[in-house]
Amino acid sequence: MSEALLTGRGVETFYGKIQALRGIDFDVRKGEIATLIGSNGAGKSTLMMTIFGTPRARSGTITFEGKDITKLPSHQIARLGIAQSPEGRRIFPRMTVLENLQMGATVNDMAFFEEDVAKIYKLFPILEKRHTQRAGTLSGGEQQMLAIGRALMARPKLLLLDEPSLGLAPIIVRSIFSAIKELNEKEGLTVFLVEQNAFHALKLAHRAYVMVNGKITMTGTGKELLARPEVRAAYLEGGH
Amino acid sequence: MEYFLQQLINGLTLGSIYGLIAIGYTMVYGIIGMINFAHGDVFMIGSVVSFILVLSLGLTGGSGPFLIILSLALVVVIAMLIASVYNWTIERVAYKPLRGSFRLAPLISAIGMSIVLQEFVRIAQEGRPKPIQAIVTGKYELLERVNDQGQFIVTISNMQILIIVCTVALMAAFTTIINRTSLGRAQRACEQDQKMASLLGIDVDRTISITFIMGACLAAFAGLMFFMYYNVTDFFVGFLAGIKAFTAAVLGGIGSIPGAMLGGMVIGLVEVFWSAYFSVEYKDVAAFTILAMVLIFMPQGLLGKPEVEKV
Ligand SMILES: Nc1ncnc2c1ncn2[C@@H]1O[C@H](COP(=O)(O)OP(=O)(O)O)[C@@H](O)[C@H]1O
Ligand SMILES: [Mg+2]
Repeated sequence: MSEALLTGRGVETFYGKIQALRGIDFDVRKGEIATLIGSNGAGKSTLMMTIFGTPRARSGTITFEGKDITKLPSHQIARLGIAQSPEGRRIFPRMTVLENLQMGATVNDMAFFEEDVAKIYKLFPILEKRHTQRAGTLSGGEQQMLAIGRALMARPKLLLLDEPSLGLAPIIVRSIFSAIKELNEKEGLTVFLVEQNAFHALKLAHRAYVMVNGKITMTGTGKELLARPEVRAAYLEGGH
Repeated sequence: MEYFLQQLINGLTLGSIYGLIAIGYTMVYGIIGMINFAHGDVFMIGSVVSFILVLSLGLTGGSGPFLIILSLALVVVIAMLIASVYNWTIERVAYKPLRGSFRLAPLISAIGMSIVLQEFVRIAQEGRPKPIQAIVTGKYELLERVNDQGQFIVTISNMQILIIVCTVALMAAFTTIINRTSLGRAQRACEQDQKMASLLGIDVDRTISITFIMGACLAAFAGLMFFMYYNVTDFFVGFLAGIKAFTAAVLGGIGSIPGAMLGGMVIGLVEVFWSAYFSVEYKDVAAFTILAMVLIFMPQGLLGKPEVEKV
């Protein structure tokens, strides 16, 4: 748990004239769960997408395994071993569940498909039951599982998860978080997790960042941030 | 009844050609949300290139069947190649730079490309229609009826058989590619969410280019069949055939590939029956009337996608 897998330095992203990221520094080390929390509109999803070059950072650098990926096309970034379960899930609604998982295996040309799909079905058994169903007809929780499963099919070195708990029932949230924890502990998967559901995320995280208005305002271990009164006040009020 | 049957055969033949062209419109629309108005002219390029090749190979109706089949296979491959180069270039030059700009821009650019292609061929090949002797000849008599009005024979020509059989085979192959291969999956993914497709490692630009190439291949094949069916072609054939195939795509539900095939058949049949029972002069009006009616009353078409989706 030492070398940095993903680093960002001075990352700035704009939507037209509006600046969404104002010089972000971050590190995600190999084997850890890093989390980014912050209220709605802080710029968390923008950072997740900027890592994939869409939108592209206007200044600053992002490196993955020491390689500068700031200007790389999105599909090549995916092929380096980063996968994302994005905000809003973005499953392909008119494809079946199985086809969505096949899409996830694009980067390794389906080489390990049978083996990997069995793993995903073990992790989320409901997906196996629904495998011939059109993904657009799944419930929200099932779609979230599919989005995570699809990302895992790439055998990523780094998994980006953007608000996997959004809009889901607590019991499903718990099962998704325990799946993340298991993947990290058993498979050594590195995870960069974005959450508004700060309590769960901070409990899980080895390293945590708080983002306000396009800037990182606090950094520490998950436990440290969980103990800070200002974090509790801002992100855990009425918490779980 | 015999007359009806004959028109049915003629209609299905024409419908096959329209259907093949319509797929190119509908696929491009599906993936980048614009009508490639130059697609009819890519069909024309396929047709004119085939014509030139057939002439330079010295192919005639008298050549042996083996020679004819071999030569036509060669012609179709080269015509597909050349039409693909054109359509690929059109996308790179005229559409890609305009992606993300206002909606009308690529449309204007498309019409511009259509004019460029037509004028280029008109100047390079001279404007006169190019007639040729029939190459695939011969026909079968299916039914014969003699009554007091005289004799009527229902026939199907070898050329019609060739067109219908090849079209069915091409469409089957094509459907398999779209539904069963990773290329087809990538195309459908780009159709539904381009950004997500790129996050999964799909090269979206490349997938779009391949889509244009596939459309061009089908159009080139249709071009060859068209000119061998009518034994004539010129720089302007892409205009009417293009608009009718576009109508077929809209009728079938723009973006739907089975819809384009079905729409093509319907337009072909309507045109032939209209000419047979009403008026030959107004046969083109039939197709355009359908286009107007569909756009007004049924814009989603016969097999169009339902817009409702759970998110
Ligand atoms: N596509 C977009 N175009 C313009 N502004 C955007 C776009 N996406 C997000 N923004 C703006 O950027 C800021 C950060 O948004 P976002 O990254 O989605 O925040 P978060 O994920 O933390 O809720 C917000 O002010 C939002 O309105
Ligand atoms: Mg967000």
